[in-house]
Amino acid sequence: MSNLSWRVLAVFGVLIAAIIYVLPTIEPSFWPHKKINLGLDLQGGMHLALEVDTDKAVEGTIERIIQEIRSFLKKEHIRYATLNRIEGNRILIKLKGQNHIDGFEKILDKEFKNMRILSRSMDGDVLTLQIDLPDRETDQIKKLAADQALETIRNRIDQFGVSEPDIRRQGEKRILVQLPGIKDTKRAKDLIGKTALLEFKLVDETHDLNAALKGNVPPGSEVLYGVKEDPTTKRIHKTPYLLKKRTLLTGANLTDARVQIDSQYNEPYVSIDFDKKGGRDFARITGENVKKRLAIVLDKKVYSAPVIQEKISGGKARVTGSFTTEEARDLAIALRAGALPAPVNILEERTVGPSLGSDSIRKGLVSMCVGGILVILFMIVYYRGAGLIADFALILNILLIAGGLAGFQATLTLPGIAGIILTIGMAVDANVLIFERIREELRIGKTPRAAVDSGYARATLTILDANVTTLIAALVLFQFGTGPVKGFAVTLSLGVIASLFTALILTRMIFDYYLIKRKTKRLSI
Amino acid sequence: MQFVKPDIDINFVGKSKIAFFISLAMILISIASLVIHGGPKFGIDFAGGTLVQVKFNEPVSLKNIKSGLAAIDLGKSSVQGFGEQSENEYLIRTDRSVMTSGGFSLTVQQALESSTGKGVSVRRVEMVGPQVGKDLREKALFAMFYSLLFIAIYISGRFELKWLLSGVIAGVLMGAVYVLSIFNVSVPYLIAAALLVSLALYWFLGLKYAMGATVALIHDVTITVGIFSIFNKEFTLPIIAALLTIIGYSLNDTIIVFDRIRENLRKYHKNPLEIVINRSVNETLSRTILTSLTTLAVVVALFVLGGGIIHDFAFALLVGIVVGTYSSIYVASPILLAWQVRGKK
Repeated sequence: MSNLSWRVLAVFGVLIAAIIYVLPTIEPSFWPHKKINLGLDLQGGMHLALEVDTDKAVEGTIERIIQEIRSFLKKEHIRYATLNRIEGNRILIKLKGQNHIDGFEKILDKEFKNMRILSRSMDGDVLTLQIDLPDRETDQIKKLAADQALETIRNRIDQFGVSEPDIRRQGEKRILVQLPGIKDTKRAKDLIGKTALLEFKLVDETHDLNAALKGNVPPGSEVLYGVKEDPTTKRIHKTPYLLKKRTLLTGANLTDARVQIDSQYNEPYVSIDFDKKGGRDFARITGENVKKRLAIVLDKKVYSAPVIQEKISGGKARVTGSFTTEEARDLAIALRAGALPAPVNILEERTVGPSLGSDSIRKGLVSMCVGGILVILFMIVYYRGAGLIADFALILNILLIAGGLAGFQATLTLPGIAGIILTIGMAVDANVLIFERIREELRIGKTPRAAVDSGYARATLTILDANVTTLIAALVLFQFGTGPVKGFAVTLSLGVIASLFTALILTRMIFDYYLIKRKTKRLSI
Repeated sequence: MQFVKPDIDINFVGKSKIAFFISLAMILISIASLVIHGGPKFGIDFAGGTLVQVKFNEPVSLKNIKSGLAAIDLGKSSVQGFGEQSENEYLIRTDRSVMTSGGFSLTVQQALESSTGKGVSVRRVEMVGPQVGKDLREKALFAMFYSLLFIAIYISGRFELKWLLSGVIAGVLMGAVYVLSIFNVSVPYLIAAALLVSLALYWFLGLKYAMGATVALIHDVTITVGIFSIFNKEFTLPIIAALLTIIGYSLNDTIIVFDRIRENLRKYHKNPLEIVINRSVNETLSRTILTSLTTLAVVVALFVLGGGIIHDFAFALLVGIVVGTYSSIYVASPILLAWQVRGKK
């Protein structure tokens, strides 16, 4: 008897726990536990898998090193024939004349100790040298780039304002982004994917732009374009600029970026505040280059190239362009969050509109109800009283699954709902096994109580066995599945465990209650 | 109420020859269909590509949709109706992983609006790049592989109550897989090899129940995959989930019949195996039919009412449950008998 009351306590404990976990989903004000999470396929939203192009980060570093070498050589008045990046991440250097070679090697040994020498050959008085970064260093750069990209994207999304975004690293250079409930997916993608590398470069006014456009680009300069769209005709105008390659200042030195409205043209622009070092550099650059043109370049596009009228010492600058207010706002966010250290590519995208999500919920629930009612009716018709007990167990099963979902903070997806539906069909299996056994035992003339005892005793092992295989499949799925499929694995596992609990403990308890306490003589089965 | 009378005695074993030919034919048809179609048809999850689900506010013609797509360089996409016809939904699919970074869905929407003259809403966009597709394919196959591995270990231990032996089997399997993976064997062959190795092990170690269960589950999965291929349906991640569930379900059924066979072998050890098997299948028939019915009922509800997204998933389950029920009666048990015949020779 005490055995029974212990079981009663345990069962009630589990049920009450389930109810407590489920309640906030039905009535959020009840107590402040979280609701059951809905997957992106049910509430709508966007899933992105991004890849950080970390090779580009290494290339960027190599470019910077070339710039440094160049300025060292210039300072020491060493002339070189070639100084280029080749085959991705190598630097090719050609020097002519012994004194230039000696001077260069001194710089290389002193300032660029960590560079690896790949090949070196003398041909007469011409030295050809190939250097690159050691593998450990490039790995470090790649890792850092991926880390930094994750951080930057997280910052941008935080400032963009999405509720409960999920941003995580996957593998070496992938980033998974989940934005539930987002509507303007284009804006979100543009914001995430924008490199937002802000650079200030001088316009090369000593060489001819037209000659450069014909392919005769002077060394140390490059052609970049300004792109403007005419809002009325929708035509895109491209304006070429010949710029010095050297970047004088980047967005890394800014502390704030805000949207402001130009009082004269009533156009939004982004005003940026430099930090102390940035402000000093900016003042020096503008002071040294009065009457020259300074180009403001964002992601390799020239936004403007105003003539410097005088030294600017306030540590402020503005990025203008024909922005819409939204574009300006997103640019400000991107600049504040910092540039991506390398471009990111979208490898995978799954976007579900909110209306489709709610459709899926509705259809899932309808099929769950219809399937459930079919099974419930069937059990009553087939097993009468015992069927009622099984139905009661079935309903508690669903409650337990819901409680498990809420308690473990698992995510319910559309395949997850399918898993619950499948569980409804399979959960009665345990009861069917037991009931069929009991019927067999009754048929050979056992008393109801003995029949129930041996029915449970004989069916228990079979039930455990049969469910273990489903559980194995579900657990493997959980391990390997992604998103919606994982949701299926969760509900299927919860369903299997819940149905074991209800079939082996709960229904047994009800039978015992009738047979022992109420001394029922006839079984309705 | 009873569907199956307690004293029922259908001669299942006697019909196992016919069943054998039916099964063989179905498996051959499945394999033939797979060969003709050049392997399973992968959805964008595995092949990479782009999928767009659009909904029109009024009925439109396929031709207009296609011409709209041609205007934005998506002319080669396949377009098919989705869900119920009254909902005017269509699924557009291309093999290319379109760069969806810009205003892709807006472009699609505008192109379709101008070509059909009806209101369009883009309800779902899925883009899977080739690299991710490859990763997912690998992941799915590994999921299949590991579940088969664990299940092989479980049933060899559980059915024969020889856990030590199952440890040996696990060791041999892992060893074989390790050796094969050194030679960079691709995952589908790895799965085939693992299955062959386990079957061979069961054979040599005399694990007849494990053999029966494994053959039954290979039978079920092959036929389900085959029927999918015949209907030219796509394999996606949820379908893999369905296949794994079918494996679990098929075993579930088999385990129940086998448990009864073992119980009856102890009880009626003087009867020939043939009669014991037949008796056991008959005794569990009521349960087999009932459980299959309730499970089928809910899966049919899902299939009919669950909407387009879950349709194929429900279809796979539907096929798997029917085939799984059949195989637990007609495939798994006759293997035991065939085994005994082999023993006598």
